[in-house]
Amino acid sequence: MGVDQPQITLADVSFSFAPDRPVLRRCCLELRPGQRVGVTGANGSGKSTLLHLIVGLLMPDEGTIEAFGKPRNREADFREVRRRAGLLFQDSEDQLFCPTVAEDVAFGPLNLGRTRGQVHEVVARSLDTLGLAGYEDRVTYQLSGGEKRLVALATVLAMEPDVLLLDEPTAGLDEAVQQRLADLLVGLPQAMLIASHDRAFLQQIATRTEHLRDGHL
Amino acid sequence: MQRITFFQGESVIHRIDPRARVVVAAVYAVLVAMAVRLDVLGVALGVAAATVAAARLPWRDVLGRLIPLNVFMLLLLVTLPLTSGGEPLFSVGPVGVSRQGLRLAATIAIKGNAIVLALVALLATVEVTALGHALSHLRVPDKLTWLLLFSVRYIDVIHREYRRMAAAMKVRGFRPRANLHTYRTYGHLVGMLLVRSFDRADRVLAAMKCRGFQGRFYVLDHFHFSRRDAAFTLTAGVVLLLMAVAEWTPWA
Repeated sequence: MGVDQPQITLADVSFSFAPDRPVLRRCCLELRPGQRVGVTGANGSGKSTLLHLIVGLLMPDEGTIEAFGKPRNREADFREVRRRAGLLFQDSEDQLFCPTVAEDVAFGPLNLGRTRGQVHEVVARSLDTLGLAGYEDRVTYQLSGGEKRLVALATVLAMEPDVLLLDEPTAGLDEAVQQRLADLLVGLPQAMLIASHDRAFLQQIATRTEHLRDGHL
Repeated sequence: MQRITFFQGESVIHRIDPRARVVVAAVYAVLVAMAVRLDVLGVALGVAAATVAAARLPWRDVLGRLIPLNVFMLLLLVTLPLTSGGEPLFSVGPVGVSRQGLRLAATIAIKGNAIVLALVALLATVEVTALGHALSHLRVPDKLTWLLLFSVRYIDVIHREYRRMAAAMKVRGFRPRANLHTYRTYGHLVGMLLVRSFDRADRVLAAMKCRGFQGRFYVLDHFHFSRRDAAFTLTAGVVLLLMAVAEWTPWA
């Protein structure tokens, strides 16, 4: 895979939850290394659906999804995609399910079969990158909303992904935390796809913006 | 929501390996539940109280835990002596108070209190996550352990969801009364809570799959069974054995 080849390519992807209500219609999208692509659109326009399709939580009705140089069609194909494309969920409460921060961040690396030493190292590194050093033993449900979002991002970074998929990363955060998140994201090396209707936030971090309307990009 | 705080203390008991405490508590509970001799049960109650003292738990809170149990016990203490038959000890008017009944009621009351005290001292002092891990180390089926851990993690989220919906009902003028409208509204509330929990479970599973979950949980930190833990297990083992011998040997 060349340096500038797209990491994620959607070609004519269509999806609907019910036949008479299509969510996405023949959407095409490319994400290349270093790009931070914003996806805007109204509530319910299919932004989250788009991200869930990329990691195979949903399957397209038509069209093809190519990720990291290979077409991805089946559940088994998407296992690798899920490791390499980290999805940050809209509600961090869904993402943090372990009792303590360290256990939650370690969950992904442990699933990948890392040794205990490697896990502790990657946990420390992920937390450190986000300025969360010292949060290891904090109880996840007692964190503030902003802390929860950052810890959720740490759990994603601990998978050492090549691409980040962020679903409404600023939802429910105050301006100070939003700013901190923007600064952190700009500093990360990964290509990103950011679904958000926060235009100011996207202007700050996105290198390009796509608009989703009536199922078309 | 009321939080359980016994595990936050500092004592000899708190430092013992949770696995040892779980095993000892389980054996103790079975033994006490099966014993019938009053003297053995008395000793068992004493041992439990001593363990609570060793755990340095606030007595007021511990006794608070015993209240609901003993309200129930009071019912037995009143009814059993009057209904068991057997040799009458004395009579209140036309009703004979039976010796066997009184003895049975006392046995049950002592058993109940002893077991609860021991569980408070040994298990309530384990942080719930550690308890989950201890159970999984002890080969308790994974599904039961996850049930415990996920309940602990999400009960607060579900409670918050409930409070939000209850508040939304209140601001629209809902006041519970004994009428059909109230029952129907509570039905909707519980139904919505179930639906939302179900949806959340779906999203949590999706999030877990994104992080490589394939049906197995791995434990980050392992327990270390130290010499102190061995000493505790041994002492507890001897005490339990002595109790069993006293209970079941004919000459004792």
